[in-house]
Amino acid sequence: MFESTVLSVQNLVLNIGENRLIDDISFEIKPAEIFALVGESGSGKSLTSLAIMRLLPEVITVDSGNIVLHQQNLFELPEYQMQKVRGKQVAMIFQEPMTSLNPVMKVGDQVAEVLKLHLGLRNSTARDKVVSLFEEVGIPQAEERYDWYPHQLSGGQKQRVMIAMALACEPELLIADEPTTALDVTIQAQVLELLKSIRDKRGLSILFITHDMGVVYEMADTVAVMKQGKIIEQAEKQKFFNEASHPYTQKLLQDAVPKQILKPQLDSTKLLELNDLKVHFPIKKGLFQRTVGMVKAVDGVSLIIEKGQTLALVGESGSGKSTIGQAILKLVNTTDGKVSYANPDSEAINLTDLSERQMKPLRKKIQVIFQDPFSALNPRMTVSEIIREGMVSLKVGSQNRQDQDNRIDELLNQVGLEVDFKHRYPHEFSGGQRQRIGIARALAVEPELIICDEPTSALDVTVRAQVLELLESLQKQYQLSYLFITHDLSIIPAIAHKVAVMQNGKVVEQGTVEQIMHNPQHKYTQKLLSSAPELIRKVMFA
Amino acid sequence: MMPTFLWTDIMIWSLFALIIVGIRQIASDAQKRKQWRKVFKSKTAMISVIILLFYFAIALVDSIHFKVEPSAENTTNKELISVLDMGLEHLILSVERTYSAPFALNEYSSSVVYDQSGNVQQVYLPLKNVATHINMDQSLVAYDVLTQTGWAFLIALIVMSFLILIHGYFRFKEIALRQSSSKVEGLPWSVAYITLFILIFIGTWFYLLSFDYHVLGTNKVGEDVLYQSLKSIRTGVLIGGLTTIVMLPLALVLGISAGYFKGWIDDVIQYLYTTLNSIPGVLLIAAAVLVMQSIMSTHADWFGSTEERADMRLLFLILILGMTSWTGLCRLLRAETLKISQIEYVTAAKAFGLNPFTIIRRHIMPNLVHLILIALVLDFSGLVLAEAVLSYVGVGVDPTMPSWGNMINQARLEMAREPMVWWSLLSAFIFMFVLVLAANLFADRVQWVLNPRSEK
Repeated sequence: MFESTVLSVQNLVLNIGENRLIDDISFEIKPAEIFALVGESGSGKSLTSLAIMRLLPEVITVDSGNIVLHQQNLFELPEYQMQKVRGKQVAMIFQEPMTSLNPVMKVGDQVAEVLKLHLGLRNSTARDKVVSLFEEVGIPQAEERYDWYPHQLSGGQKQRVMIAMALACEPELLIADEPTTALDVTIQAQVLELLKSIRDKRGLSILFITHDMGVVYEMADTVAVMKQGKIIEQAEKQKFFNEASHPYTQKLLQDAVPKQILKPQLDSTKLLELNDLKVHFPIKKGLFQRTVGMVKAVDGVSLIIEKGQTLALVGESGSGKSTIGQAILKLVNTTDGKVSYANPDSEAINLTDLSERQMKPLRKKIQVIFQDPFSALNPRMTVSEIIREGMVSLKVGSQNRQDQDNRIDELLNQVGLEVDFKHRYPHEFSGGQRQRIGIARALAVEPELIICDEPTSALDVTVRAQVLELLESLQKQYQLSYLFITHDLSIIPAIAHKVAVMQNGKVVEQGTVEQIMHNPQHKYTQKLLSSAPELIRKVMFA
Repeated sequence: MMPTFLWTDIMIWSLFALIIVGIRQIASDAQKRKQWRKVFKSKTAMISVIILLFYFAIALVDSIHFKVEPSAENTTNKELISVLDMGLEHLILSVERTYSAPFALNEYSSSVVYDQSGNVQQVYLPLKNVATHINMDQSLVAYDVLTQTGWAFLIALIVMSFLILIHGYFRFKEIALRQSSSKVEGLPWSVAYITLFILIFIGTWFYLLSFDYHVLGTNKVGEDVLYQSLKSIRTGVLIGGLTTIVMLPLALVLGISAGYFKGWIDDVIQYLYTTLNSIPGVLLIAAAVLVMQSIMSTHADWFGSTEERADMRLLFLILILGMTSWTGLCRLLRAETLKISQIEYVTAAKAFGLNPFTIIRRHIMPNLVHLILIALVLDFSGLVLAEAVLSYVGVGVDPTMPSWGNMINQARLEMAREPMVWWSLLSAFIFMFVLVLAANLFADRVQWVLNPRSEK
């Protein structure tokens, strides 16, 4: 009998207590189809995938609905049969390859374990099968890599191992839960390409869960948008991207690619100059902690940040871009080079020479906002305590408590938060709100330069757009300069005046946004740009 | 009578003051208050806390000492008596000759006596201080116990209803003040009332009957086992509570400095605790106790009384236990501090130019509190048990000092006796078991509420 659907979810409703988490969703996945489930965090997309695997936490109950895999209702299967379904018929790959692999087991053995368990293979045949799987997912020297441990592999390779593990028992459906979110753009492009080729070769259906419209555009055959536990729109890919009708979908699509208006190039004075900056970390080994080598995190970087302007520092993880931010803040020791901060009264001050005491007056001029809004705020302090801390420590503004309270109210207003929030604790806020609190904390000491260390990469696209807008309006109002550290190329035109591209601790190319984005010279820059999802390239280079 | 303060008295009262200060601080902070409300919403936690308070109260009452001049009036034959001793004076005075079972009217072992005709007879001699009001009539004992039980129940009922009335008055006042605007989920007060009632009832029952019987029997030299068990509470609470107080500052200061400053400070502290950890704890304690014993015996004139000497030995034991038990918590705090100091809010604080001590106080300590509290409560029960083990081995508290460990140590021989003497061991076991169980259950609940990672 010809089957036209692999999986069908029918009127699924999930509850936690009285609250409805998933509200009556239905969809079907056809053979060899990539079905993308898109939504912001908390929209219920991961819960749907867990429900398919029947791995929901106990507190969440299935209220009604069915999940049918090949005419087999998964909710009616006893647990021991369900165990055969998992892995053999439906396999899953996760967002974080670092935590999904057992760190004390050889990667090859971890994949072989699945084969032995589900297919009953013997040791030697399992090994051969694993090696061929590793070759299929593009792991070089597969025979040798079999005996490696997870920490010896890069993030992309770990994700390939996860995919090999998922493919091991030749499932009919692969659930990929944000498989590329933790990866760099170039590696993301490779992994996506791999998934597509596997689909073509094996005729595998993929349920692809993501929040990234760029990835959806690359991958999907069919797209469904989830919001607050409901599927609000579902269509073929072409139709979806051309004629999305729901206002929320339109907004998502619009925010997915930030506006691409280049900023005017202004003449401005230098605020901060990095001159051949080097930060090396010693590698210590042995009983007496001898230094056996150096990690050159930053290796001879020269940059200029101008007053009232934004310099975007782009690079992949491990390229040393965050270390530059920390070196400017004197949170790591610089090995060599100069960090000159413009001083209106006299000559520029070299920050690397200063002691902590001499640095203190400059601390109020240079502030920082962080990537992860959940770890950037002390969970045991109220919002007003968090914002007040810098004002007290650096003696900015009036030290009168009442005046400070007024200033906190003013700051909260400025970053778009309500004044009554100030007595609450960070855990009561959403990611975007926390990021705003972080911005208010930095603004409280009236800085001239703010180092933004990936401030938007942990946020949903709609929230990202709002935060970027806020940063821009603050820049205009206070003539702030930003050092904007990011791996996300799509937001650069929206925020930056100049761009510097980093690779392995060195700046390989720098210039205006226009030069870099439209006429990249260095091979690495070209590779970065071509790895950006097509959806973004389409708009960027239109 | 002169009030005297032993070292351990001062320490236990400072512990009491510390707890009061802690409670006041919690009460002044809305978030903490909410958290602790959650702790007490559990019925188990409520019961455990009331039991712990009961033990602590007895230990406190037993920690106010008076010096008594040896004189004809001083019938207790002791130089130092506590308030608890005053309440239980009849138990101190009603010393028998040797073993007697609970509620027995005769001795447990037979004695050889000559009757009037000069024949040798094996008889169970009657006890000296029991059931005088019913003329030691065995047939009346059951009836007498029953009536006294009734009285105890009645007294407990009256005391309890009085307490409920007072408490109810404050509760209703609070509710009236709060209006109906904010509805707060109530604490399980009914469970608290029931626990308290049972405790008061048992307490009164023991107290009333202790005038006429040896409720838990007597030991080898005829001392009342109930009195011994009650006196042991102070020793147990002291060792459990004060040792944690001794080790806490060490663990805190060393653990946090190692984790925060890293570098050579970390190296030194790590070497210190790995070295200390690699010496068996019992060996270290035994060595220290033996050294101290020899010092004490050569300088007997340093101590005014046997009680003072026993107290000194207890204090020393507490110190040495504290010195050996800080490593675990220190390790834990070091690891956690290492982790927290990498978190971005600490980086932000550094970017504000805060000095290291302010960062530790404001950003690191508050995020360690749950670990500290959990470790404290768990260590408490561990240490109470450690005392029993050490006294059993013979390096624990002074043999003249009542403690569960000493009672168990003596019971070693009693268990081998035929017929067996079981009441000493059982009493020590039950008193210790209830305390340790309550502390553990309470710790579980505190851990569950304060640990941010636990699932709610």
